[in-house]
Amino acid sequence: MEAFKNFTGVVAPLDRANVDTDAIIPKQFLKSIKRTGFGPYLFDEWRYLDHGEPDMDCSGRPRNPEFVLNDPRFAQAQILLARENFGCGSSREHAPWALTDFGFRVILAPSFADIFFNNSFKNGLLPIVLDAKTIDALFAKAGGETPLSISVDLSAQTLTLDDGSVIDFDVDAGSKRRLIEGLDDIGLTLQEVETIRAYEERRRQEAPWLFI
Amino acid sequence: MVAKTLYDKLWDEHVVRVDDNGTALLYIDRQLIHEVTSPQAFEGLRLAGRKPWRTSANLAVPDHNVPTTDRTAGIADPVARVQVEALGTNCLTFGITELNMGDKRQGVVHVIGPEQGFTLPGSTVVCGDSHTATHGAFGALAFGIGTSEVEHALATQTLIQRKSKSMLISVDGKLGAGVTAKDIVLAIIGKIGTAGGTGYVIEFGGEAIRDLSMEGRMTVCNMAIEAGARAGLIGVDEKTVDYMRGRPLAPAGELFERAAAHWRTLVSDAGAQFDTVIHLDAAEVQPQITWGTSPEMVLPVDGKVPSPEDAGDEVKASGIRRALDYMGLTAGTPLTEIRPDKVFIGSCTNSRIEDLRAAAEIAKGRKVAEGIKLAMVVPGSGLVKEQAEAEGLDKIFTEAGFEWREPGCSMCLAMNADRLEPGERCASTSNRNFEGRQGQGGRTHLVSPAMAAAAAVTGHFVDVREL
Repeated sequence: MEAFKNFTGVVAPLDRANVDTDAIIPKQFLKSIKRTGFGPYLFDEWRYLDHGEPDMDCSGRPRNPEFVLNDPRFAQAQILLARENFGCGSSREHAPWALTDFGFRVILAPSFADIFFNNSFKNGLLPIVLDAKTIDALFAKAGGETPLSISVDLSAQTLTLDDGSVIDFDVDAGSKRRLIEGLDDIGLTLQEVETIRAYEERRRQEAPWLFI
Repeated sequence: MVAKTLYDKLWDEHVVRVDDNGTALLYIDRQLIHEVTSPQAFEGLRLAGRKPWRTSANLAVPDHNVPTTDRTAGIADPVARVQVEALGTNCLTFGITELNMGDKRQGVVHVIGPEQGFTLPGSTVVCGDSHTATHGAFGALAFGIGTSEVEHALATQTLIQRKSKSMLISVDGKLGAGVTAKDIVLAIIGKIGTAGGTGYVIEFGGEAIRDLSMEGRMTVCNMAIEAGARAGLIGVDEKTVDYMRGRPLAPAGELFERAAAHWRTLVSDAGAQFDTVIHLDAAEVQPQITWGTSPEMVLPVDGKVPSPEDAGDEVKASGIRRALDYMGLTAGTPLTEIRPDKVFIGSCTNSRIEDLRAAAEIAKGRKVAEGIKLAMVVPGSGLVKEQAEAEGLDKIFTEAGFEWREPGCSMCLAMNADRLEPGERCASTSNRNFEGRQGQGGRTHLVSPAMAAAAAVTGHFVDVREL
């Protein structure tokens, strides 16, 4: 995984609650056996007016002018501002793959669905939980003529808005370290082979029916 | 001794080690694998030169992409075919057992796990699919994971996890006639919301849950994810133990009895503390129908489509407006006046033998109504199909005008050819009514199998108790 670097990016406001992973990347694109190339199909059914299929060239497809990512102000956005329960539904990791492939690196929401939240960290995408009031205030700022831009500092756990105001955020220490160092979870876990084997040996005695 | 919840017991038995900050390495006993979320995980293993830690801890089956019509010609969609073939190749390469499309044991991953006895009480079960929560019905700690974690579990037999909070939802008293497990879980989601369980593992308890069959318990746990929970759980009792007896992959003989003795301890201790406790009166649960685009947008069958003005706040009101617009519904319409175009009986939520029996009981001697373009029954597995045919259920369905299909996920998520066309409305026994879930522009109403069959034979939603 690529290490997470601090950056300053534009915020795209997606003002709806319970955005599910079927909406983030519809099922027909899940037939791919690759991890890449999902960005053009991100939010496909909201972003385009026609029906999308895998490997379709999206450059000439009719776009929904009402959808936030089709607004030129937000076309290069790297931060997605969302409402509660973002990423609910299916466990498909294609959702964070599509978001990162599009260019998103941070998602701000009052709450996230559990599996999506975990999947994001595995892909260098930082989901940040902020209280509902702060999210409301950010929505008010993000909808203006000039898009809102935020500087993200993961080490300091701060978001600095373009008016200079600073918002602190929480992140689990282990996840933070893995993001900053771009560590491979499997490689790290395999450093503990002996611990896992010892556990397994004990369990083979205690609960042999689990090892038939 | 400190009183423990069932979740505490399962967690404690599977912690390999835990950090000071509470991050644990959790041992994974069982992994179920399907074609959609695994190819990138196997590719990851290949690129890193890694092998599965314990091949026998895995069981694979194609289900999402498989056709439910005649399979002798293979899969017509070339992209889907490549993915199903990739699963076969990967399983062969890495030495993992696969129940392929030609195997009569093939079916929806969450149906075949318990059916084969691969899912064991007291085990940890993972799968790259959110409905892995289903297996919690056996007192197993079971949850859905993403593809990176599929690869992690394959390579290390562990996952990096933090312990969730615990919630008890007690469904007290007895269910009324014609009210099912599906109605219980939809009513729960209606009560606590789709994020009501976020951060929690939910244990379902109470008399109405204990009264359910294992099939019914699977339906309830299956949809714990729709309430946002990490997992659903139900304590072990004699029904659980009896279900396991004689399953091909379950222990047998003396080992079974030894296992069963341990399984019987897998209940929350008296006095165990939960972070949250919710009570629901079973007698008040009515047959449920979803009207909107989230499982929490659900009402009893005698309800009316709500108005945005009834919402407490602007975010909710705009959600209702958007849902009514997408669903093509007008506020104030009685739910029983809604007329589906298609009916789908199937999915990991409701495709087991008991579900098919309930639907067949309604279909028997009746005909699919004229306005219904398609009513289909998709058994959860080849073995469920075989059992249903032995009981003559297939005949009841086909005589009534239902199509009788081959097993798979089918129109629950419409990755194969079974889908809704834009604007079509479906009475569905599946688990998600999201926009586009059953096909772009498709409109889903979630109901129990009996309610779906009742809608099929009357042409509109109806209280199954009045038929």
